[in-house]
Amino acid sequence: MTLPERSPSEPAAGQATDLVVGTSLWADAWKRLRRNRMAVASSGLILLLAVACLVGPPLIAATWGYDEQTQDLAYGPQPPSWEHPFGTDFYGRDLLVRVLSGGRVSLTVGFLAALVAATIGTVYGAVSSYAGGLVDAVMMRAVDVLYALPYMFLVIILVTILGKSLLLVFLALGAVGWLLTARVVRGQVMSLKQQDFVLAAKSLGTPGRDIVFRHLIPNTLGPVIVTFTLTVPSMILQEAFLSFLGLGVQAPRASLGALINDGANQMLVFWWTLVFPGSVMAIMLFALNFLGDGVRDALDPRMRR
Amino acid sequence: MIGSILRRLLELVPTILVIVLASFALVRLAPGSPFSSEKEIPPEVRRQLDAKYGFDKPLPVQFLRYLGNLARGDLGLSTKYPQRTVNEIIAAGFPVTLTLAAVALVWSLLVGITAGIIGAVRQNTVWDHAAMAAALVGISIPSFVLGPLLVLVVSLRWHLLPPAGWGDWRHVILPGLTLGTIYAASIARLTRGGMLEVVRSDFIRTARAKGLSERLVIWRHMLKGGLLPVVSYLGPAIASMLTGSVVVEKIFNVPGIGPYFVDAAFNRDYFLVMGIVLLYAFFLLVMNLVVDITYSLLDPRIESS
Repeated sequence: MTLPERSPSEPAAGQATDLVVGTSLWADAWKRLRRNRMAVASSGLILLLAVACLVGPPLIAATWGYDEQTQDLAYGPQPPSWEHPFGTDFYGRDLLVRVLSGGRVSLTVGFLAALVAATIGTVYGAVSSYAGGLVDAVMMRAVDVLYALPYMFLVIILVTILGKSLLLVFLALGAVGWLLTARVVRGQVMSLKQQDFVLAAKSLGTPGRDIVFRHLIPNTLGPVIVTFTLTVPSMILQEAFLSFLGLGVQAPRASLGALINDGANQMLVFWWTLVFPGSVMAIMLFALNFLGDGVRDALDPRMRR
Repeated sequence: MIGSILRRLLELVPTILVIVLASFALVRLAPGSPFSSEKEIPPEVRRQLDAKYGFDKPLPVQFLRYLGNLARGDLGLSTKYPQRTVNEIIAAGFPVTLTLAAVALVWSLLVGITAGIIGAVRQNTVWDHAAMAAALVGISIPSFVLGPLLVLVVSLRWHLLPPAGWGDWRHVILPGLTLGTIYAASIARLTRGGMLEVVRSDFIRTARAKGLSERLVIWRHMLKGGLLPVVSYLGPAIASMLTGSVVVEKIFNVPGIGPYFVDAAFNRDYFLVMGIVLLYAFFLLVMNLVVDITYSLLDPRIESS
């Protein structure tokens, strides 16, 4: 690695030792990510989608005076046109607004559920590994048991128990989706806790809670972020899966899964009701997966394939 | 080897017990009851129903009774379908779901491994990029989008295959493709990654040095490295294929176990929900065991003990 050398004439700020500017892990990863053109394009696409989903519906409501629930039964289902680029659905509702607000639901649920999963998984994995011994064995055995349970079925049971509100959907998804993160973090902490800085903290009398939260967890952030970015698309997929089964967001509110379900039922006559929500969903997942791959390559060059 | 397999089988027993207890608690502590969704039931009828299914006893007694019945292979009566036992429903639906998952598995392995080998052998060529781009697209198209699209094009436009139903081999193809494609894409990426991992290792150089043909090097040596990550992926993949078939069964109107589960969870059909969860959990545990054993057979570096 070649580092930019400072010219001798440049006044050295501070001590002489900062002649060599080290690149941190994060700066390094950031540089690698920016060089990955597909990942940059993907994050641009995600940003575009997110902005469109956030700003689009209120903008359309302000300009043309309808939202995702405004029906026009006399107008009915119409193919894409200049007024309605994505066409309208069976009740004459504009599909573009419905797709955008559905996309907002998907993105929100995806990020929040992944956040819930990452938080639970990180704390669980770190505590389990740091405690070690019997505690670790019991905690990891519980993870194994949960791993053996059919994941989607568990979510379905939780959703039917908790009721079909959006808030509970992502809590249910997050509550079941933390297993992978827990395993990854546990593995990381296993090797971290042997290292000298933990011994140093211990010998200074740092309480265990502080060691876990201040010393161990921050050092597992890399793999956690990688798992997080790859969890977001899978959470979005699962929310759509639930909505497709009629367990997610309830009508007349829209989510991409519910829209695809409606579209699949009417695709014979009204093809656009399936094609547009389906394409937006696929593009969203594609971009998120690509970005996730890019983040993994950037943060962990060894895993580069 | 056999001893360690037996020991692992014995280890499954406590895991299964915990799963039985956990799912019993989850299902029974949920608010609502199997009879609450229907219209008003006179109290004396309700009492009789409770007595018929044993719901009048305290929960611990019910749990012990359930365990006893379970040991004899009796999964109880369905409350939603009063004429049928859970065993009958599972016996009718599970083979269908299993067939579907098997077709999806074969399809995903065939396509995935082929694409992965092409990608690895022709690394950084047009072939490689095309295969990996196709894999990313495959990962990003959810089954509930792919399924209806296949029906639309293959069945309704081209009239090649039936759009729905179950009967002969022609009914299996589209659902199998729909269910398997996303895994084919993951397997392609894993195969390629695994093969590239070993491509520069010493034993490949040795193989080439002793004059093996390129074909033999690829098939006998590189592929083995490529298959290791695939094998460890198969456990979770089969699990999510089995649960993912819920959606595919709905799209293609396949009489598998999936629709029953969603229905049962909705209607608090206690025994049916538990029966299906336990069946899946048991199946997954055994599959994971098979996968682990296969893994240690493929990779002699891993001790089977």
